Order: sequence, then structure tokens, then C-alpha cells
Amino acid sequence: MKLTNLLTSAAVALGLAAGAAMADTTKVGFVYVGPVGDGGWTYEHDQGRKAVEAEFGDQVETVYVENVAEGPDAERVMTQMALEGADLIFTTSFGYMDPTINVAKKFPNVKFEHATGYKRADNVSTYSARFYEGRAVQGTIAGHMTESNIVGYIGSYPIPEVIRGINSAYLHAKKVNPDVQFKIVWAFTWFDPAKEADAAKVLIEQGADVILQHTDSTAPQAAAQAAGNVITFGQASDMSEYAPKPRVSSIIDNWAPYYVARTKAVIDGTWESVDTWDGIGAGMVGIGEISDAVPAEVKEAALAIKDAQANGTYHAFTGPINKQDGSAWLAEGETADDGTLAGMNFYVEGIEGDIPQ
Amino acid sequence: MIRLEKRPQPSRAWSMATPLVAVIATMIVGGLLFAALGKPPVEAIRTIFWEPLFGEFAFYYRPQLLVKGAPLVLIAIGLSLGFRAGIWNIGAEGQYIMGAIFGAGAGLAFYPSESFLIFPFMVIAGAFGGWIWAMIPAVLKTRFGTNEILVSLMLVYVAEQFLASVSLGLLKNPEGFGFPGSRNLQSWDAAHNAELIAGTGMHWGVVAALIAVIFAYVLLNRHMTGYHIRLTGEAPRAAKFAGVNPTRLVLFCLGTSGALAGLAGLFEVSGPSGQISIDFNVGYGFTAIIVAFLGRLHPVGILLAGGLMALTYIGGDIAQSNLQLPAAAIQVFQGMLLFFLLAFDLLTNFRIAIGKPEVA
Repeated sequence: MKLTNLLTSAAVALGLAAGAAMADTTKVGFVYVGPVGDGGWTYEHDQGRKAVEAEFGDQVETVYVENVAEGPDAERVMTQMALEGADLIFTTSFGYMDPTINVAKKFPNVKFEHATGYKRADNVSTYSARFYEGRAVQGTIAGHMTESNIVGYIGSYPIPEVIRGINSAYLHAKKVNPDVQFKIVWAFTWFDPAKEADAAKVLIEQGADVILQHTDSTAPQAAAQAAGNVITFGQASDMSEYAPKPRVSSIIDNWAPYYVARTKAVIDGTWESVDTWDGIGAGMVGIGEISDAVPAEVKEAALAIKDAQANGTYHAFTGPINKQDGSAWLAEGETADDGTLAGMNFYVEGIEGDIPQ
Repeated sequence: MIRLEKRPQPSRAWSMATPLVAVIATMIVGGLLFAALGKPPVEAIRTIFWEPLFGEFAFYYRPQLLVKGAPLVLIAIGLSLGFRAGIWNIGAEGQYIMGAIFGAGAGLAFYPSESFLIFPFMVIAGAFGGWIWAMIPAVLKTRFGTNEILVSLMLVYVAEQFLASVSLGLLKNPEGFGFPGSRNLQSWDAAHNAELIAGTGMHWGVVAALIAVIFAYVLLNRHMTGYHIRLTGEAPRAAKFAGVNPTRLVLFCLGTSGALAGLAGLFEVSGPSGQISIDFNVGYGFTAIIVAFLGRLHPVGILLAGGLMALTYIGGDIAQSNLQLPAAAIQVFQGMLLFFLLAFDLLTNFRIAIGKPEVA
């Protein structure tokens, strides 16, 4: 009995000491839409969280909740983090937009960072990555590599983000291979290995020998490997376990530099509401190593596109580009403005099929 | 030798006690699971069950229990009527979705009118949406003898496709920059299912859930239809002789559960959720099946079970954040609850006997 008492009081004392020390630490919360082990979207956000911990050590405390449904559940989890003393909260899914704004109103002293949305407030920033820059690199490789001239594309949801990626990949594949054709399958999910595998198999049966995916699992990679002569690209994370073939390259979401910078801004007291949309140049979009399955000259062409975008000399959407219906969009030499890109809801000329409504 | 012996009559005591025993067993085995993950078991169980009710921030979590529990109770009450009669509506999730689509659509058709009639009209449309979706398996069953379990379940996936379609097309917010999802009803007073008293979590859906509990109780205990439902479930042959019309009963049970699920969807979309989006549904329709059984298909039991389920959700999220318990462990924990309930249910109809079977 005595021992228990002693232990209890020791624990209380420790707890108090820890509590006092906590006052100086900055608490950073992360709300994830998937499991941290999804190998894609959420996994990369969690890598960003770990980078924050590694960078600041005892100065920060990070917490996360995974598998949070969009809507009221997300709102509750954010409120809970704010109540528990979080100073900065990253909400990492588009569907968290309105909940983030709601909670931010109730906690004016807590900073919020919402990924991929468009609603901001004094204490709400938004951030996203120019993944379409990576798609331009993929399109270049796809156009060179396809022998059947059919490129399969697994779309998640027909939202601007995904449509932008399809357009960018198509434009750059077409540039190096005028006969290329895109076949697009909509999976209506971000992460569902079974559905993604089915989509990949359908595309391969239809003759596709290159598969691009905007879904997060490695199931399409496995399907391509089983089929044999099909190449794929890692999505969100490197998926290097399928290298050198079928996975020949990848787009890697690299949130770490941004998360570290924003956490530092909160620690320093310099945080301001901003809208960030960074690409290859700033390091937010990483291009995974192009494997030896790709011939040297193709690799060179792909890296040239990558570098030109990184140093700002080339924009993935540079005219002349027509819309799918043949109407003019960008004139010769004109580049797309961010507003149009952000809300992109049309295919460019040459892509067959309709965007589902 | 340990044997199971059939009881001459189901034990009333065990029937009442099994939910409690199941909860305790879940706590013990769940605690072992958490300990195996290297987390403090007592602290984890305390966080899940105690923190939302009496913790430091209970003032926020208690109202959230109502928000989370109301749709579960509302749907489970409807399901329990059919389950008692052996009519298995597994597709409440789909009816929930359709209720939300019909309700939100009916409201948005009048945007931006501020008429006070809009919300009542949405409520009716929401109930209708759920009802009509449940009528599909009902009519197919009564007309062609199809299996309502399969049809209602498959219609969930059809409803999900409808949801994606209207989020991207028909109901898409014209001011949403091309992103999917409807206007947010929270920012439109005429359609907003706001808290009736600020900070209490009490919205019309909670009121509807409580009314449903009372109605179900009266129906089952004082009304002819309720008697028919119970009779059909307990003694189908006797029900036939007593002149119960099975067609009417199927239509009534599926229709009512559909309408209640539709209402739950409407109150959710116009209140806590605020908008139709591709991922609007979060599994209330399926969880409600657990709630219905956990509550012994009894209205008051369902009310308590809905609260308990809501508690594990909210407490589970707190445990994730504070103790870094993985979400999968919380889901296993919730799954255990149903597992143990079904396992201990055995004791209602059987008893454990030690020794040799008596010679009959």
C-alpha cells in the first residue's frame, strides 16, 4: 500500500514537472484522413511530422489522429487538439476545409494549416503542391516508353487537382509521341487496393503498357508486375519496392520542409496566414529516381523537363493549348494562371471521354 | 467435462446482463491488447470511457456524444423493428445517404430563400428519400421473393455512386471553384439544423432520436402492429394463424427503418456535417446494426447502446491523440464489443454444465 502511494505521488510530481516543462514546448497536431501506414498520402504527411520532431526535438510535441472521417468527426478531433493545447494544427485533406474554418473561428490563438483547400482566415493558411509539374515529367517518360501508344490513367475523383494531372501528363506525352492515347478509369477512391488493382487490370487488358495513377496504394504496381511488360510510377511516396520495373519513377510529396518552416514560424512568433503552392523548385514535389528500365536519352529528356520547371524557365501549361471541345485556351507562349489551374474542370484537346458528373 | 445445456427457457437475467458482461470483457481483453502495444492499459481504458464524460474537457465532449449518438440511435430504432420480425435491413447506410441527398436537394432548390418552410420541407424530403430507397428491397421481396439482406446491402453501393454523382454535378456548389461538394447548409439559416440551445449539442436530430425511442416503445408494447412484429419474430407460424399479413409487415418495417435512416441523413447533412460531399457517409448505417443488437433490440437499450458506441468513438479519438494509440487498435476494440456480445449471448439460451450429461 505504502509503495503504491509512493509511486502515485512520484508520478504526480513527475506529471507536474512535465506539465511545467510543457509550457515552453510548441504543440503541433496533425489530422490524417488515412492510416499512417497507407504507403502514400498520409504516410508522407506523417514523414513531415517526424521531420518536425527531428528538427526541433524537445522544443515541440507532436500529436496525430489517423483515419479521421471528413465532416463532424474531423471538427471534433481538431477541437480536441486545440483544447489540449495545440499551437499549430495541420489538417491534411481537402474535405477538412469547412471543419477547419469552423474550429479556427472558435480558437483565434491557434494556427491552422489546411492542405489543398481554398478557404483562408487570419489563423488559417492553405498549402498545396504543384503535382502537375511532376506529371509533366511522367508524361514525357510515358510518351517515350509506350509501344502500344496507349497510356492508362487511374483517376481518383474528378476534381481539379486530378484533372490537372491528367492534362499535364497528356500534353507532355503527346509532345514526344503524337500518336499517344490516354485511357482514363475513375476509381472514386483515394485508397482502395482492390479497386485500384481492378482498374489497372482493365487498363492493361485494353492495351495500356504504361499506367499512371492518382490513387495511393501499390496495388496497380503489383498488377503491372504480374502482367509483365507494363511500367508504372509511384504516387505520393516513392514506392521503390517496385523499382526498377514496373515502377520507373515517382512523384513524392515532400511536406517536411514546409512543416518545419511553419512550425519554426510559430515558435518564433512570425506565423502569418498565407497561401502556398510550391512545386519541384521549392522541393515540395519530389521526382523519385528514374530507374535503369528507362533508356538514357529518355531519362535525360525527363530530367530536362524537371530542371526547367524547377528553375522557373518552363511552365507545364504553356500555349498553344486548346480545350477538349476545340476552343482556344492558351495562345502561343501564354502560360496558365493559377486561378484557372486551381479550378481546372476541363480536358485539353486530344483527350477522349467526358469528365464524370 | 464442460458442456452446454439448452435452457428450457431463455434466461431473462442473462439477456439483461450480457451487454454489461460484454463491455467488461471488452475492457479486459482490450486492455491486454493495448498493453501488448506498449500503451498503459488502465490509462487507455480510462481515456476512452472516462475522459469524454468527466475529464477536463467534458463540457465539450458531452454535447458531442449527442451529436455522434443521435444518428446511431435514430437508425438503430428503425432497424430493430424489422430485426425483431426477422426482416433484415442491412442497407441503412444507403437510406441514410439518400435521405441526405433528397433533403439537401429539396432545400437547395430554393436557395437562397429564407422562408421558414424550407427546413420542414427538407425533413419530409429526407424521410421520403430514405423510405423510397428502402421500398426497393421491400417491394422486390414481397413481389418476387428476393432476399432483402442482399438487395438492401447492394443498394448502399448504388447510393454511394449517387452521392459521388450529385457532389460532382447536380448539387455542386456553384461558388466552389470546381471542387466537389454542395453549398454548406450551416451558412444558410433557413436550412441549417443548428443547435437548439448553443453549446448543448442538442439539434433536431437528437430530438427526433428521443421521439423515435418513445414511439418505438409504445408501438412495441401497446400497439397491434408492434404485437404483430414481436409475434412474427418469436413464432412465425403462430403469427400466420393470428392473421398477420407478412407483406404489410415487410413494407412497414423496411419503410419505417428507411424513413428513420433518411431522417438521420438529413439532420446530419443540414447540421453537424453541413454539406453533401463524396465522403459524406461515415458508416452510421452499419454501426447502427451493432447498436441495435447491443441494445437487445429494445428501444431503451438502443438509447444506452448508442451512447456507449458514441463514447468509444469519441474516447477512441482522444486516446489516439493523447496516447498515440493506432486507429486500428480502437477499431479492434469496438469490434470486440459486438464479438463478446454475441459470444455471451449464448448463455441466454444455454447454460454451462459441468459433469456428465444426465440420463434422460
